Amino acid sequence: MIKLSNLSKTYGSGPGAVQALKTIDLEVPEGAIHGVIGLSGAGKSTLIRCVNLLERPTTGSVRVDGQELTELSGAALNQARHQIGMIFQHFNLLSSRSVYANVALPLELMGVNKTEIRERVAPLLDLVGLADKRDQYPSQLSGGQKQRVAIARALASRPKVLLCDEATSALDPHTTGAILDLLQDINRRLGLTILLITHEMEVVKRICHRVGLISGGELVEEAEVGDFFTAPRTELGRHFLNDFLQLEPPAALVERLEPAPGAHTHPVVRLAFGGDAVSTPLISRLARECGIDVSILEAKVESIQERTLGLMIAELIGGAEETARAIAYLETHDLDVEVLGHVQRDA
Amino acid sequence: MSSAMLELILEATLDTLYMVGISGVIAALLGVPLGVLLYVTRPGQILARPLLNQVLGMATNVGRSVPFIILMVAIIPFTRVIVGTSIGTNAAIVPLTVAAIPFVARLVEGSLNEIPPGLVEAAQSMGATPYQIITKVLLPEARGGIITGLTITVVTLVSYSAMAGAVGGGGLGDLGIRYGYNRFDPLVMLITVAILVVMVQGFQSLGDALVRRANHK
Ligand SMILES: Nc1ncnc2c1ncn2[C@@H]1O[C@H](COP(=O)(O)OP(=O)(O)OP(=O)(O)O)[C@@H](O)[C@H]1O
Ligand SMILES: [Mg+2]
Repeated sequence: MIKLSNLSKTYGSGPGAVQALKTIDLEVPEGAIHGVIGLSGAGKSTLIRCVNLLERPTTGSVRVDGQELTELSGAALNQARHQIGMIFQHFNLLSSRSVYANVALPLELMGVNKTEIRERVAPLLDLVGLADKRDQYPSQLSGGQKQRVAIARALASRPKVLLCDEATSALDPHTTGAILDLLQDINRRLGLTILLITHEMEVVKRICHRVGLISGGELVEEAEVGDFFTAPRTELGRHFLNDFLQLEPPAALVERLEPAPGAHTHPVVRLAFGGDAVSTPLISRLARECGIDVSILEAKVESIQERTLGLMIAELIGGAEETARAIAYLETHDLDVEVLGHVQRDA
Repeated sequence: MSSAMLELILEATLDTLYMVGISGVIAALLGVPLGVLLYVTRPGQILARPLLNQVLGMATNVGRSVPFIILMVAIIPFTRVIVGTSIGTNAAIVPLTVAAIPFVARLVEGSLNEIPPGLVEAAQSMGATPYQIITKVLLPEARGGIITGLTITVVTLVSYSAMAGAVGGGGLGDLGIRYGYNRFDPLVMLITVAILVVMVQGFQSLGDALVRRANHK
Protein backbone atom coordinates (compact mmCIF):
# COMPACT_ATOMS: atom_id res chain seq x y z
CA MET A 1 0.00 0.00 0.00
CA ILE A 2 2.90 2.32 0.83
CA LYS A 3 6.19 1.83 -0.98
CA LEU A 4 9.13 4.12 -0.43
CA SER A 5 12.12 3.43 -2.66
CA ASN A 6 15.55 4.94 -2.44
CA LEU A 7 14.09 7.91 -0.61
CA SER A 8 16.38 10.68 0.54
CA LYS A 9 15.79 14.16 1.85
CA THR A 10 18.29 16.95 2.35
CA TYR A 11 17.26 20.19 4.02
CA GLY A 12 18.97 23.30 2.68
CA SER A 13 22.05 23.31 0.51
CA GLY A 14 25.74 24.10 0.69
CA PRO A 15 27.72 23.64 3.89
CA GLY A 16 24.66 24.08 6.12
CA ALA A 17 22.72 21.26 4.47
CA VAL A 18 21.25 18.53 6.69
CA GLN A 19 20.70 15.12 5.20
CA ALA A 20 17.67 13.99 7.18
CA LEU A 21 16.98 10.79 5.21
CA LYS A 22 19.42 8.55 3.34
CA THR A 23 18.18 6.06 0.77
CA ILE A 24 15.22 4.70 2.69
CA ASP A 25 13.40 1.65 1.35
CA LEU A 26 10.20 0.75 3.12
CA GLU A 27 7.14 -1.20 2.17
CA VAL A 28 3.92 -1.38 4.13
CA PRO A 29 1.41 -3.97 2.90
CA GLU A 30 -2.31 -3.26 2.83
CA GLY A 31 -3.99 -3.58 6.21
CA ALA A 32 -0.75 -3.54 8.20
CA ILE A 33 0.17 -1.39 11.15
CA HIS A 34 3.78 -0.46 10.63
CA GLY A 35 5.79 1.35 13.25
CA VAL A 36 8.92 3.41 12.83
CA ILE A 37 10.87 4.05 15.97
CA GLY A 38 13.97 6.14 16.53
CA LEU A 39 15.64 8.68 18.75
CA SER A 40 14.97 12.40 18.53
CA GLY A 41 16.35 13.88 15.32
CA ALA A 42 16.66 10.49 13.63
CA GLY A 43 14.41 11.63 10.79
CA LYS A 44 11.09 10.07 11.79
CA SER A 45 8.94 13.11 11.16
CA THR A 46 10.74 13.80 7.90
CA LEU A 47 10.05 10.24 6.80
CA ILE A 48 6.34 10.29 7.52
CA ARG A 49 5.95 13.77 6.05
CA CYS A 50 7.50 12.55 2.83
CA VAL A 51 4.71 9.99 2.46
CA ASN A 52 2.06 12.65 1.84
CA LEU A 53 4.60 15.07 0.39
CA LEU A 54 4.27 17.64 3.15
CA GLU A 55 8.00 17.40 2.65
CA ARG A 56 9.13 16.86 -0.93
CA PRO A 57 11.82 14.14 -1.06
CA THR A 58 15.12 15.16 -2.64
CA THR A 59 15.32 11.89 -4.54
CA GLY A 60 13.47 8.59 -4.64
CA SER A 61 9.94 7.43 -5.10
CA VAL A 62 6.82 7.45 -2.93
CA ARG A 63 4.05 5.13 -4.03
CA VAL A 64 0.74 5.00 -2.22
CA ASP A 65 -1.85 2.55 -3.49
CA GLY A 66 0.14 2.15 -6.69
CA GLN A 67 0.28 5.87 -7.46
CA GLU A 68 3.62 7.67 -7.73
CA LEU A 69 3.16 10.82 -5.64
CA THR A 70 6.43 12.60 -6.37
CA GLU A 71 5.27 13.23 -9.93
CA LEU A 72 2.16 15.04 -8.72
CA SER A 73 1.61 18.65 -7.78
CA GLY A 74 -1.26 21.09 -7.44
CA ALA A 75 -4.76 19.69 -7.83
CA ALA A 76 -3.61 16.14 -8.59
CA LEU A 77 -1.55 16.04 -5.40
CA ASN A 78 -4.44 17.43 -3.35
CA GLN A 79 -6.66 14.74 -4.86
CA ALA A 80 -4.15 12.03 -3.90
CA ARG A 81 -3.92 13.41 -0.37
CA HIS A 82 -7.60 12.60 0.18
CA GLN A 83 -6.45 8.98 0.19
CA ILE A 84 -4.03 9.65 3.04
CA GLY A 85 -5.23 10.75 6.47
CA MET A 86 -2.81 12.15 9.01
CA ILE A 87 -2.84 12.77 12.75
CA PHE A 88 -0.31 14.77 14.72
CA GLN A 89 1.30 14.96 18.14
CA HIS A 90 -0.38 18.28 18.92
CA PHE A 91 -3.71 17.36 17.29
CA ASN A 92 -3.82 20.50 15.09
CA LEU A 93 -7.55 21.04 15.45
CA LEU A 94 -8.98 24.39 14.38
CA SER A 95 -9.93 26.31 17.51
CA SER A 96 -12.46 28.31 15.52
CA ARG A 97 -14.47 25.21 14.65
CA SER A 98 -16.65 22.95 16.74
CA VAL A 99 -15.93 19.23 16.96
CA TYR A 100 -18.48 18.62 14.22
CA ALA A 101 -17.06 21.33 11.96
CA ASN A 102 -13.51 20.08 12.46
CA VAL A 103 -14.49 16.61 11.29
CA ALA A 104 -16.46 18.15 8.41
CA LEU A 105 -13.48 20.20 7.21
CA PRO A 106 -11.87 17.65 4.88
CA LEU A 107 -15.26 16.99 3.32
CA GLU A 108 -15.83 20.71 2.76
CA LEU A 109 -12.43 20.90 1.12
CA MET A 110 -13.44 18.07 -1.23
CA GLY A 111 -16.65 19.90 -2.14
CA VAL A 112 -19.03 17.37 -0.56
CA ASN A 113 -22.51 18.87 -0.09
CA LYS A 114 -23.94 19.71 3.32
CA THR A 115 -26.44 16.85 3.52
CA GLU A 116 -23.83 14.27 2.72
CA ILE A 117 -21.40 15.86 5.18
CA ARG A 118 -24.00 15.46 7.92
CA GLU A 119 -24.52 11.83 7.00
CA ARG A 120 -20.82 11.09 7.02
CA VAL A 121 -19.73 13.01 10.13
CA ALA A 122 -22.25 11.50 12.55
CA PRO A 123 -21.03 7.88 12.25
CA LEU A 124 -17.42 9.06 12.56
CA LEU A 125 -18.20 10.80 15.84
CA ASP A 126 -19.87 7.58 16.98
CA LEU A 127 -16.82 5.59 15.95
CA VAL A 128 -14.50 7.68 18.12
CA GLY A 129 -17.06 7.90 20.93
CA LEU A 130 -17.62 11.65 20.85
CA ALA A 131 -21.17 11.96 19.55
CA ASP A 132 -22.16 13.92 22.66
CA LYS A 133 -19.38 16.46 22.13
CA ARG A 134 -20.28 17.45 18.58
CA ASP A 135 -21.00 21.11 19.39
CA GLN A 136 -18.11 21.67 21.78
CA TYR A 137 -14.94 23.50 20.82
CA PRO A 138 -11.43 22.01 21.02
CA SER A 139 -10.55 24.21 24.02
CA GLN A 140 -13.24 22.37 25.98
CA LEU A 141 -11.77 18.92 25.32
CA SER A 142 -9.05 16.85 26.98
CA GLY A 143 -5.98 15.78 25.02
CA GLY A 144 -7.34 12.30 24.43
CA GLN A 145 -10.65 13.68 23.20
CA LYS A 146 -8.83 16.08 20.89
CA GLN A 147 -6.90 13.21 19.36
CA ARG A 148 -10.17 11.32 18.86
CA VAL A 149 -11.56 14.29 16.98
CA ALA A 150 -8.37 14.39 14.90
CA ILE A 151 -8.76 10.69 14.13
CA ALA A 152 -12.37 11.17 13.06
CA ARG A 153 -11.26 14.10 10.91
CA ALA A 154 -8.48 12.06 9.32
CA LEU A 155 -10.96 9.30 8.46
CA ALA A 156 -13.58 11.63 6.99
CA SER A 157 -12.26 11.47 3.43
CA ARG A 158 -12.30 7.64 3.67
CA PRO A 159 -8.54 7.31 3.21
CA LYS A 160 -6.73 4.05 2.55
CA VAL A 161 -3.74 5.04 4.64
CA LEU A 162 -3.43 6.73 8.02
CA LEU A 163 -0.19 8.45 9.01
CA CYS A 164 0.42 9.02 12.72
CA ASP A 165 3.22 11.39 13.71
CA GLU A 166 3.84 10.79 17.43
CA ALA A 167 0.08 10.68 17.88
CA THR A 168 0.23 9.66 21.53
CA SER A 169 3.37 11.46 22.69
CA ALA A 170 1.43 14.29 24.30
CA LEU A 171 -0.88 11.94 26.20
CA ASP A 172 -0.65 10.16 29.54
CA PRO A 173 -0.15 6.36 29.53
CA HIS A 174 -3.79 5.52 30.16
CA THR A 175 -5.06 7.79 27.38
CA THR A 176 -2.28 6.55 25.11
CA GLY A 177 -3.61 3.04 25.60
CA ALA A 178 -7.15 4.08 24.75
CA ILE A 179 -6.06 5.90 21.57
CA LEU A 180 -3.95 2.92 20.48
CA ASP A 181 -6.90 0.60 21.05
CA LEU A 182 -9.00 2.90 18.88
CA LEU A 183 -6.40 2.85 16.11
CA GLN A 184 -6.22 -0.94 16.28
CA ASP A 185 -9.99 -1.17 16.16
CA ILE A 186 -10.07 1.08 13.09
CA ASN A 187 -7.34 -0.97 11.45
CA ARG A 188 -9.32 -4.16 11.97
CA ARG A 189 -12.74 -2.80 11.12
CA LEU A 190 -11.87 -0.66 8.12
CA GLY A 191 -8.78 -2.51 6.93
CA LEU A 192 -6.93 0.79 7.06
CA THR A 193 -3.17 0.68 6.53
CA ILE A 194 -1.40 2.57 9.31
CA LEU A 195 2.12 3.97 9.35
CA LEU A 196 3.00 5.36 12.74
CA ILE A 197 6.13 6.87 14.10
CA THR A 198 7.00 7.00 17.74
CA HIS A 199 9.87 7.01 20.16
CA GLU A 200 8.04 4.71 22.57
CA MET A 201 8.49 0.93 22.51
CA GLU A 202 5.20 0.58 24.36
CA VAL A 203 3.36 1.91 21.29
CA VAL A 204 5.15 -0.52 18.99
CA LYS A 205 4.56 -3.42 21.34
CA ARG A 206 0.90 -2.68 21.69
CA ILE A 207 -0.35 -2.37 18.12
CA CYS A 208 2.34 -2.68 15.45
CA HIS A 209 2.78 -5.71 13.24
CA ARG A 210 6.17 -4.73 11.91
CA VAL A 211 8.62 -2.11 13.03
CA GLY A 212 11.49 -0.21 11.45
CA LEU A 213 14.29 1.34 13.43
CA ILE A 214 15.63 4.61 12.09
CA SER A 215 18.93 6.20 13.07
CA GLY A 216 20.75 9.10 11.46
CA GLY A 217 18.30 9.08 8.57
CA GLU A 218 18.81 5.42 7.81
CA LEU A 219 16.52 2.48 8.36
CA VAL A 220 18.96 0.29 10.26
CA GLU A 221 16.68 -2.58 11.19
CA GLU A 222 13.29 -3.90 10.20
CA ALA A 223 11.47 -6.87 11.67
CA GLU A 224 8.25 -8.42 12.87
CA VAL A 225 7.43 -6.91 16.24
CA GLY A 226 7.77 -10.26 18.03
CA ASP A 227 11.24 -10.77 16.54
CA PHE A 228 12.32 -7.24 17.27
CA PHE A 229 11.40 -7.60 20.92
CA THR A 230 13.01 -10.98 21.35
CA ALA A 231 16.12 -10.55 19.25
CA PRO A 232 16.94 -7.05 18.03
CA ARG A 233 19.79 -7.24 15.55
CA THR A 234 21.42 -3.88 16.13
CA GLU A 235 23.05 -2.21 19.11
CA LEU A 236 20.44 0.57 18.95
CA GLY A 237 17.62 -1.97 18.84
CA ARG A 238 19.00 -3.63 21.95
CA HIS A 239 19.31 -0.24 23.60
CA PHE A 240 15.63 0.52 22.93
CA LEU A 241 14.64 -2.90 24.23
CA ASN A 242 16.67 -2.63 27.41
CA ASP A 243 15.31 0.82 28.11
CA PHE A 244 11.83 -0.54 27.62
CA LEU A 245 12.31 -3.61 29.78
CA GLN A 246 14.46 -1.82 32.29
CA LEU A 247 16.35 -4.97 32.95
CA GLU A 248 19.78 -3.82 33.97
CA PRO A 249 22.26 -5.74 36.09
CA PRO A 250 22.32 -4.70 39.76
CA ALA A 251 24.57 -1.72 40.42
CA ALA A 252 26.80 -3.64 42.81
CA LEU A 253 27.47 -6.18 40.08
CA VAL A 254 28.14 -3.55 37.42
CA GLU A 255 30.93 -2.15 39.58
CA ARG A 256 32.63 -5.52 39.63
CA LEU A 257 32.20 -6.18 35.89
CA GLU A 258 35.34 -6.30 33.81
CA PRO A 259 35.19 -6.05 30.04
CA ALA A 260 37.67 -8.87 29.34
CA PRO A 261 37.81 -12.34 30.84
CA GLY A 262 40.66 -13.04 33.24
CA ALA A 263 42.15 -16.21 34.59
CA HIS A 264 39.60 -16.48 37.36
CA THR A 265 36.42 -14.90 36.05
CA HIS A 266 32.85 -15.93 35.26
CA PRO A 267 30.83 -14.43 32.42
CA VAL A 268 27.66 -12.48 33.23
CA VAL A 269 25.13 -12.77 30.44
CA ARG A 270 21.82 -11.30 29.49
CA LEU A 271 19.55 -13.92 27.97
CA ALA A 272 16.48 -13.12 25.95
CA PHE A 273 14.29 -15.97 24.85
CA GLY A 274 11.09 -15.96 22.90
CA GLY A 275 8.73 -18.60 21.61
CA ASP A 276 9.38 -22.26 22.49
CA ALA A 277 12.41 -21.57 24.60
CA VAL A 278 10.23 -20.00 27.29
CA SER A 279 8.52 -23.27 28.08
CA THR A 280 11.64 -25.43 27.95
CA PRO A 281 13.53 -26.10 31.20
CA LEU A 282 16.69 -24.73 29.62
CA ILE A 283 18.50 -23.61 32.72
CA SER A 284 18.44 -26.96 34.46
CA ARG A 285 19.46 -28.67 31.22
CA LEU A 286 22.26 -26.20 30.81
CA ALA A 287 23.53 -27.03 34.26
CA ARG A 288 23.30 -30.73 33.56
CA GLU A 289 24.64 -30.88 30.03
CA CYS A 290 27.44 -28.34 30.27
CA GLY A 291 28.41 -29.02 33.82
CA ILE A 292 28.15 -25.50 35.09
CA ASP A 293 26.16 -23.69 37.74
CA VAL A 294 23.81 -20.86 36.86
CA SER A 295 23.16 -18.06 39.29
CA ILE A 296 20.11 -16.03 38.24
CA LEU A 297 20.52 -12.39 39.19
CA GLU A 298 17.37 -10.98 37.65
CA ALA A 299 14.53 -12.29 35.52
CA LYS A 300 11.40 -11.04 33.85
CA VAL A 301 8.70 -12.35 31.54
CA GLU A 302 6.91 -9.99 29.13
CA SER A 303 4.15 -10.80 26.73
CA ILE A 304 4.56 -9.09 23.39
CA GLN A 305 1.29 -9.45 21.50
CA GLU A 306 0.93 -13.24 20.95
CA ARG A 307 4.49 -14.00 21.95
CA THR A 308 6.15 -14.40 25.30
CA LEU A 309 9.53 -12.92 25.97
CA GLY A 310 11.72 -14.12 28.82
CA LEU A 311 14.65 -12.12 30.02
CA MET A 312 17.31 -12.99 32.46
CA ILE A 313 20.59 -11.75 33.77
CA ALA A 314 22.69 -14.63 35.02
CA GLU A 315 26.18 -15.49 36.07
CA LEU A 316 27.55 -18.67 34.48
CA ILE A 317 29.73 -20.35 37.04
CA GLY A 318 32.26 -22.79 35.68
CA GLY A 319 35.55 -23.09 33.87
CA ALA A 320 36.29 -21.06 30.74
CA GLU A 321 35.72 -23.99 28.45
CA GLU A 322 32.45 -25.05 30.06
CA THR A 323 30.98 -21.58 30.08
CA ALA A 324 31.92 -21.04 26.41
CA ARG A 325 30.16 -24.31 25.62
CA ALA A 326 27.15 -23.22 27.62
CA ILE A 327 26.87 -19.97 25.63
CA ALA A 328 27.10 -21.88 22.37
CA TYR A 329 24.44 -24.29 23.64
CA LEU A 330 22.09 -21.40 24.44
CA GLU A 331 22.63 -19.86 21.03
CA THR A 332 21.77 -23.08 19.26
CA HIS A 333 18.50 -23.03 21.17
CA ASP A 334 17.54 -19.67 19.68
CA LEU A 335 18.36 -17.56 22.66
CA ASP A 336 19.77 -14.11 22.27
CA VAL A 337 22.89 -14.08 24.43
CA GLU A 338 24.75 -10.92 25.29
CA VAL A 339 27.86 -11.13 27.43
CA LEU A 340 27.73 -8.11 29.71
CA GLY A 341 31.16 -8.66 31.25
CA HIS A 342 33.09 -10.85 33.61
CA VAL A 343 33.31 -11.00 37.37
CA GLN A 344 36.05 -12.35 39.55
CA ARG A 345 35.34 -15.73 40.97
CA ASP A 346 34.55 -15.57 44.65
CA ALA A 347 37.59 -16.53 46.60
CA MET B 1 -25.54 77.04 25.11
CA SER B 2 -27.46 78.02 22.01
CA SER B 3 -29.33 75.52 19.95
CA ALA B 4 -27.25 76.59 16.96
CA MET B 5 -24.18 75.51 18.88
CA LEU B 6 -25.74 72.15 19.74
CA GLU B 7 -26.59 71.73 16.09
CA LEU B 8 -22.95 72.38 15.19
CA ILE B 9 -21.75 69.84 17.72
CA LEU B 10 -24.17 67.22 16.45
CA GLU B 11 -23.12 67.84 12.88
CA ALA B 12 -19.43 67.63 13.77
CA THR B 13 -20.02 64.37 15.60
CA LEU B 14 -21.74 62.89 12.57
CA ASP B 15 -18.93 64.17 10.33
CA THR B 16 -16.34 62.43 12.50
CA LEU B 17 -18.32 59.19 12.50
CA TYR B 18 -18.67 59.47 8.74
CA MET B 19 -14.93 59.97 8.18
CA VAL B 20 -13.95 57.22 10.57
CA GLY B 21 -16.64 54.87 9.27
CA ILE B 22 -15.89 55.21 5.56
CA SER B 23 -12.09 55.19 5.91
CA GLY B 24 -12.31 52.31 8.42
CA VAL B 25 -14.39 50.17 6.09
CA ILE B 26 -12.23 50.83 3.02
CA ALA B 27 -9.04 50.27 5.03
CA ALA B 28 -10.40 46.95 6.28
CA LEU B 29 -11.44 45.87 2.78
CA LEU B 30 -7.98 46.62 1.38
CA GLY B 31 -5.82 46.17 4.49
CA VAL B 32 -6.98 42.66 5.44
CA PRO B 33 -6.15 41.19 2.00
CA LEU B 34 -2.83 43.06 2.02
CA GLY B 35 -2.02 41.62 5.44
CA VAL B 36 -2.90 38.12 4.25
CA LEU B 37 -0.75 38.64 1.17
CA LEU B 38 2.16 39.83 3.32
CA TYR B 39 1.85 36.60 5.30
CA VAL B 40 1.27 33.97 2.62
CA THR B 41 3.95 35.26 0.20
CA ARG B 42 6.73 34.96 2.76
CA PRO B 43 9.47 32.45 2.01
CA GLY B 44 8.35 29.01 3.15
CA GLN B 45 4.68 29.99 3.24
CA ILE B 46 1.84 28.55 1.19
CA LEU B 47 2.20 31.06 -1.67
CA ALA B 48 5.87 31.94 -1.21
CA ARG B 49 6.85 34.83 -3.51
CA PRO B 50 9.93 36.35 -1.83
CA LEU B 51 10.32 39.25 -4.26
CA LEU B 52 6.66 40.30 -4.16
CA ASN B 53 6.79 39.94 -0.40
CA GLN B 54 9.73 42.31 -0.14
CA VAL B 55 8.11 44.90 -2.38
CA LEU B 56 4.84 44.76 -0.43
CA GLY B 57 6.67 44.84 2.88
CA MET B 58 8.65 47.89 1.84
CA ALA B 59 5.58 49.76 0.58
CA THR B 60 3.78 48.97 3.83
CA ASN B 61 6.68 50.25 5.89
CA VAL B 62 6.88 53.48 3.93
CA GLY B 63 3.13 54.00 4.41
CA ARG B 64 3.50 53.42 8.13
CA SER B 65 6.53 55.60 8.69
CA VAL B 66 5.23 58.84 7.16
CA PRO B 67 3.68 60.97 9.95
CA PHE B 68 -0.03 61.42 9.32
CA ILE B 69 0.13 65.19 9.22
CA ILE B 70 2.76 65.06 6.46
CA LEU B 71 0.95 62.30 4.59
CA MET B 72 -2.18 64.42 4.54
CA VAL B 73 -0.40 67.30 2.83
CA ALA B 74 1.79 65.15 0.63
CA ILE B 75 -1.07 63.36 -1.06
CA ILE B 76 -3.23 66.40 -1.73
CA PRO B 77 -2.86 66.00 -5.52
CA PHE B 78 -3.98 62.38 -5.21
CA THR B 79 -6.90 63.42 -3.00
CA ARG B 80 -7.96 65.99 -5.62
CA VAL B 81 -8.00 63.29 -8.28
CA ILE B 82 -10.14 61.01 -6.16
CA VAL B 83 -12.73 63.35 -4.62
CA GLY B 84 -12.24 66.53 -6.67
CA THR B 85 -11.26 68.73 -3.71
CA SER B 86 -8.70 68.85 -0.93
CA ILE B 87 -10.97 70.39 1.70
CA GLY B 88 -13.86 68.90 3.69
CA THR B 89 -14.77 65.57 5.17
CA ASN B 90 -14.67 63.67 1.87
CA ALA B 91 -11.19 64.99 1.22
CA ALA B 92 -10.12 63.90 4.72
CA ILE B 93 -11.25 60.35 4.08
CA VAL B 94 -8.54 59.81 1.46
CA PRO B 95 -5.46 60.35 3.67
CA LEU B 96 -7.18 58.60 6.59
CA THR B 97 -7.71 55.53 4.42
CA VAL B 98 -4.22 55.64 2.96
CA ALA B 99 -2.73 55.82 6.45
CA ALA B 100 -4.95 53.05 7.81
CA ILE B 101 -4.38 50.43 5.09
CA PRO B 102 -0.75 49.56 5.97
CA PHE B 103 -1.63 49.85 9.65
CA VAL B 104 -4.39 47.24 9.28
CA ALA B 105 -2.17 45.08 7.07
CA ARG B 106 0.61 44.81 9.65
CA LEU B 107 -1.84 44.07 12.47
CA VAL B 108 -3.49 41.35 10.37
CA GLU B 109 -0.11 39.88 9.46
CA GLY B 110 0.74 39.89 13.16
CA SER B 111 -2.37 37.96 14.13
CA LEU B 112 -1.74 35.41 11.35
CA ASN B 113 1.71 34.92 12.87
CA GLU B 114 0.07 33.63 16.01
CA ILE B 115 -1.52 30.68 14.24
CA PRO B 116 0.38 27.44 14.95
CA PRO B 117 1.98 26.29 11.67
CA GLY B 118 0.64 22.80 12.38
CA LEU B 119 -2.86 23.92 11.46
CA VAL B 120 -1.80 24.88 7.94
CA GLU B 121 0.05 21.58 7.67
CA ALA B 122 -2.99 19.64 8.76
CA ALA B 123 -5.06 21.41 6.09
CA GLN B 124 -2.39 20.66 3.49
CA SER B 125 -2.42 17.01 4.49
CA MET B 126 -6.18 17.05 3.76
CA GLY B 127 -5.51 18.35 0.27
CA ALA B 128 -6.52 21.99 0.85
CA THR B 129 -5.67 24.52 -1.86
CA PRO B 130 -3.94 27.77 -0.83
CA TYR B 131 -7.23 29.64 -1.29
CA GLN B 132 -9.02 27.13 0.96
CA ILE B 133 -6.27 27.44 3.54
CA ILE B 134 -6.74 31.21 3.60
CA THR B 135 -10.54 31.15 3.82
CA LYS B 136 -11.05 28.08 6.00
CA VAL B 137 -8.00 28.11 8.25
CA LEU B 138 -6.08 31.39 8.37
CA LEU B 139 -8.90 33.94 8.44
CA PRO B 140 -11.21 32.04 10.85
CA GLU B 141 -8.34 31.19 13.19
CA ALA B 142 -7.12 34.80 13.22
CA ARG B 143 -10.62 36.26 13.51
CA GLY B 144 -10.19 37.42 17.11
CA GLY B 145 -6.82 39.01 16.38
CA ILE B 146 -8.09 40.68 13.24
CA ILE B 147 -11.05 42.21 15.08
CA THR B 148 -8.69 43.46 17.78
CA GLY B 149 -6.55 45.02 15.04
CA LEU B 150 -9.52 46.68 13.40
CA THR B 151 -10.64 48.09 16.74
CA ILE B 152 -7.20 49.60 17.30
CA THR B 153 -7.36 51.02 13.77
CA VAL B 154 -10.77 52.64 14.30
CA VAL B 155 -9.66 54.19 17.58
CA THR B 156 -6.54 55.52 15.87
CA LEU B 157 -8.70 56.86 13.04
CA VAL B 158 -10.80 58.81 15.54
CA SER B 159 -7.75 60.71 16.72
CA TYR B 160 -6.33 61.09 13.18
CA SER B 161 -9.69 62.45 12.02
CA ALA B 162 -9.42 65.14 14.66
CA MET B 163 -6.03 66.02 13.18
CA ALA B 164 -7.51 66.07 9.69
CA GLY B 165 -10.26 68.32 11.02
CA ALA B 166 -7.70 70.84 12.15
CA VAL B 167 -6.62 71.43 8.57
CA GLY B 168 -10.08 71.88 7.18
CA GLY B 169 -11.48 68.41 7.22
CA GLY B 170 -14.51 69.14 9.36
CA GLY B 171 -15.68 67.03 12.28
CA LEU B 172 -15.06 67.31 16.01
CA GLY B 173 -11.38 68.20 15.70
CA ASP B 174 -12.23 71.10 13.44
CA LEU B 175 -14.93 72.30 15.83
CA GLY B 176 -12.70 71.96 18.85
CA ILE B 177 -9.93 74.00 17.25
CA ARG B 178 -12.19 76.69 15.78
CA TYR B 179 -14.23 77.37 18.90
CA GLY B 180 -12.06 76.09 21.65
CA TYR B 181 -8.75 77.49 20.47
CA ASN B 182 -9.38 80.29 18.02
CA ARG B 183 -12.34 81.81 19.90
CA PHE B 184 -11.31 80.51 23.28
CA ASP B 185 -14.59 78.83 24.23
CA PRO B 186 -13.43 76.19 26.71
CA LEU B 187 -16.90 74.64 27.02
CA VAL B 188 -17.02 73.69 23.34
CA MET B 189 -13.52 72.30 23.52
CA LEU B 190 -14.46 70.27 26.58
CA ILE B 191 -17.61 68.93 24.95
CA THR B 192 -15.78 67.86 21.78
CA VAL B 193 -13.14 66.09 23.85
CA ALA B 194 -15.83 64.40 25.93
CA ILE B 195 -17.61 63.20 22.80
CA LEU B 196 -14.33 61.83 21.40
CA VAL B 197 -13.68 59.98 24.66
CA VAL B 198 -17.15 58.43 24.61
CA MET B 199 -16.72 57.49 20.95
CA VAL B 200 -13.39 55.74 21.56
CA GLN B 201 -14.83 54.03 24.60
CA GLY B 202 -17.80 52.84 22.54
CA PHE B 203 -15.69 51.48 19.69
CA GLN B 204 -13.41 49.69 22.14
CA SER B 205 -16.30 48.01 23.97
CA LEU B 206 -17.90 46.99 20.69
CA GLY B 207 -14.58 45.53 19.50
CA ASP B 208 -14.03 43.66 22.75
CA ALA B 209 -17.51 42.17 22.59
CA LEU B 210 -16.95 40.99 19.02
CA VAL B 211 -13.59 39.44 19.95
CA ARG B 212 -15.22 37.56 22.81
CA ARG B 213 -17.82 36.19 20.43
CA ALA B 214 -15.19 35.21 17.85
CA ASN B 215 -12.83 33.43 20.21
CA HIS B 216 -13.39 29.86 21.31
CA LYS B 217 -9.92 29.51 22.75
N1 LIG C 1 12.54 22.12 8.06
C1 LIG C 1 13.78 21.72 8.37
N2 LIG C 1 14.86 22.41 7.96
C2 LIG C 1 16.11 22.00 8.25
N3 LIG C 1 16.40 20.89 8.93
C3 LIG C 1 15.39 20.15 9.38
C4 LIG C 1 14.02 20.52 9.12
N4 LIG C 1 13.21 19.59 9.69
C5 LIG C 1 14.02 18.69 10.26
N5 LIG C 1 15.33 19.01 10.09
C6 LIG C 1 16.49 18.23 10.54
O1 LIG C 1 16.38 16.92 10.04
C7 LIG C 1 16.72 15.97 11.02
C8 LIG C 1 15.60 15.00 11.25
O2 LIG C 1 14.51 15.71 11.82
P1 LIG C 1 13.12 15.05 12.16
O3 LIG C 1 12.20 16.14 12.59
O4 LIG C 1 12.67 14.22 11.02
O5 LIG C 1 13.48 14.12 13.38
P2 LIG C 1 12.54 13.25 14.33
O6 LIG C 1 13.06 11.87 14.28
O7 LIG C 1 11.12 13.45 13.97
O8 LIG C 1 12.84 13.86 15.75
P3 LIG C 1 11.85 14.09 17.00
O9 LIG C 1 11.67 12.78 17.66
O10 LIG C 1 12.62 15.06 17.84
O11 LIG C 1 10.57 14.68 16.45
C9 LIG C 1 17.15 16.74 12.25
O12 LIG C 1 18.55 16.85 12.24
C10 LIG C 1 16.52 18.10 12.05
O13 LIG C 1 17.31 19.09 12.64
MG1 LIG D 1 9.39 14.35 14.98
